[in-house]
Amino acid sequence: MQFYDKKQTLHFKNVSFVSGFTLAGPKEKQGKLGSTFDLTLEDDKFGEKTFEKAERKMFEYAVSGAIAKANLQPNDIDTIIGGDLLNQIVSVSFAAKKFKSSFLGLYNACGTYVESLIIGSFLTEFFSKNVLCVSGSHFSTAERQYRYPLELGVLRSPVTQWTATGVGASILQRHSDGCPKIVSATVGRVMDYGIMDVNNMGAAMAPAAKDTFTQYFTDTGKKPSDFDMIATGDLGKLGKEILIDLMEREGYDFNNNYIDCGAELFYEKQKTYMGGSGAACSALVTNGWLYNNLKKGNIKNLLLVGTGALMSPTTSFQGESIPAIAHLVEIEMGQKES
Amino acid sequence: MAINILKAFLVGGGICLIGQIVINITHITNGKILVIFLIAGAILEGFGLYDPLVKFSGAGASVPISGFGYALVKGTVKAIEEKGILGALTGGLEATSLGISTAIVFGYLVALIFKPRTKKN
Amino acid sequence: MPEKKYKKRYGDGTMKPKTEFSEITIENYKDYVFEKSPRSAHWKNMFWAFLVGGLICAFGQLLIELYIIWGVKAELASSLASATLIALAAIFTGIGVYDKLGRFAGAGSTVPITGFSNAMVAPAIEFRSEGLIYGLGAKMFLIAGPVVVNGVLVSVVVALIRSLFLGVG
Repeated sequence: MQFYDKKQTLHFKNVSFVSGFTLAGPKEKQGKLGSTFDLTLEDDKFGEKTFEKAERKMFEYAVSGAIAKANLQPNDIDTIIGGDLLNQIVSVSFAAKKFKSSFLGLYNACGTYVESLIIGSFLTEFFSKNVLCVSGSHFSTAERQYRYPLELGVLRSPVTQWTATGVGASILQRHSDGCPKIVSATVGRVMDYGIMDVNNMGAAMAPAAKDTFTQYFTDTGKKPSDFDMIATGDLGKLGKEILIDLMEREGYDFNNNYIDCGAELFYEKQKTYMGGSGAACSALVTNGWLYNNLKKGNIKNLLLVGTGALMSPTTSFQGESIPAIAHLVEIEMGQKES
Repeated sequence: MAINILKAFLVGGGICLIGQIVINITHITNGKILVIFLIAGAILEGFGLYDPLVKFSGAGASVPISGFGYALVKGTVKAIEEKGILGALTGGLEATSLGISTAIVFGYLVALIFKPRTKKN
Repeated sequence: MPEKKYKKRYGDGTMKPKTEFSEITIENYKDYVFEKSPRSAHWKNMFWAFLVGGLICAFGQLLIELYIIWGVKAELASSLASATLIALAAIFTGIGVYDKLGRFAGAGSTVPITGFSNAMVAPAIEFRSEGLIYGLGAKMFLIAGPVVVNGVLVSVVVALIRSLFLGVG
């Protein structure tokens, strides 16, 4: 594909990442990062009648939690920006009803969280004081919409991933000390490398991630070793291997400091094959584990890339391949302003 | 009796094995496999080849979904013999009415009583 | 860029080096992914498909024998055994057991008539939250609909052709 030699990376000066709240389901609680979540559910119906109602409630709790953690009031939030995996993004839209802030709904499949951070950063840099970015997904609602009814007896392909159940919410504020800051962002472009298998989304999204990473490194002149950690949203174990290989062919070494949020969520024994996927993955890992390590100073700078597979069941039935997109943000632990 | 059950086990298992091999090679979905086997059973009975298999192994040939196709064709052929051309449209569903109605009625009852469960893995 | 040999790491556990891709383009990306993807455990799938499918059919035969002993005519006994299996599969789907079976049995749970029943009941349970008419009623044939549609279609065509060639008696 022709390399687009216009600079795509934007830089921010005033965007601080002041709080992150994570709410996760029971299977995620039993996973590798179970202790890093603020709130976990015993029952993924959350006491509601349907899984859809439960997902909405999860969003409401996560938004309230992030606001409380930042020592703010709901009225302090200028805009809520977010998305989820359901048709017409109903989970986040219905949850936003409960808050008086203005609302921008987004959809980029599993790349929604990073997309919300980028748009939130635009708003924070120039216009708003407090912006809340949220994204999440629920296994049972996504499975019903994209794949099979829950009780259907079906053999799973070994390259499938498990849609994570959870919501992650972040608050971005203009000018704050002692917090991680979002310093740059690269907005991705849609890449389609011809993968038709909807079970193998990691492979479909890896080229998009490669394109965005390459764009960023070319625009800024940095190298992978300049960062303490590089993370992708939900490429899964196979997608992670493919990306490491693709980046090596471009001359970038991803072997030392690169993790994939989806692959990190679950243990092997939880039978999630290639790991987690869904709009919740990057949100859960970033707002919990990565944010805590940033604040403590264990990680001084981080590149986070959210990847999304932009197909629908209809396009798959019509025999189309899977286009994908990847968005990047660079987060740095801010220095104290004198 | 035991011999019949053994024959059913072997033939039924064999048909499912063929199904699994088709799935492994072509990676097609649940729904498509059901339709392919159905059509295979129907076409085989069209040539009169499925009936001997049913006579030999009983449930081993009638329980797989290909047996459903066989029942449809058998019923349709019989209805054409009895009623003429109109039998082509009535015979199939008539012969399989017991199975389809049972599926609808029990499906409805079960869906009224049970709720979808959280999947653990 | 140094050439690398790509080895299979999961699946059947072999470590034979496969095709080397000196350059990855949109054209050969699918082949590259196929090489790198772990394979399904074919032999294990086939064994369980045979075993579970065979057991379900054997159980069906047992039902036929019992019905005949209880005085049911032979042909009706066959239909009745299938209907009984359909009813049992519906109940097991409701309890939440059938999907566990399908997890390892693959075609062994899909191909018998019980798979048809499971395919009807699973969406019915799932979509009940959308009401009895648009949810349960409409979605019951979501996966199994093609079976009924194609079944009737093919049986009409096949039977007509057969009657034409063999002559109507």
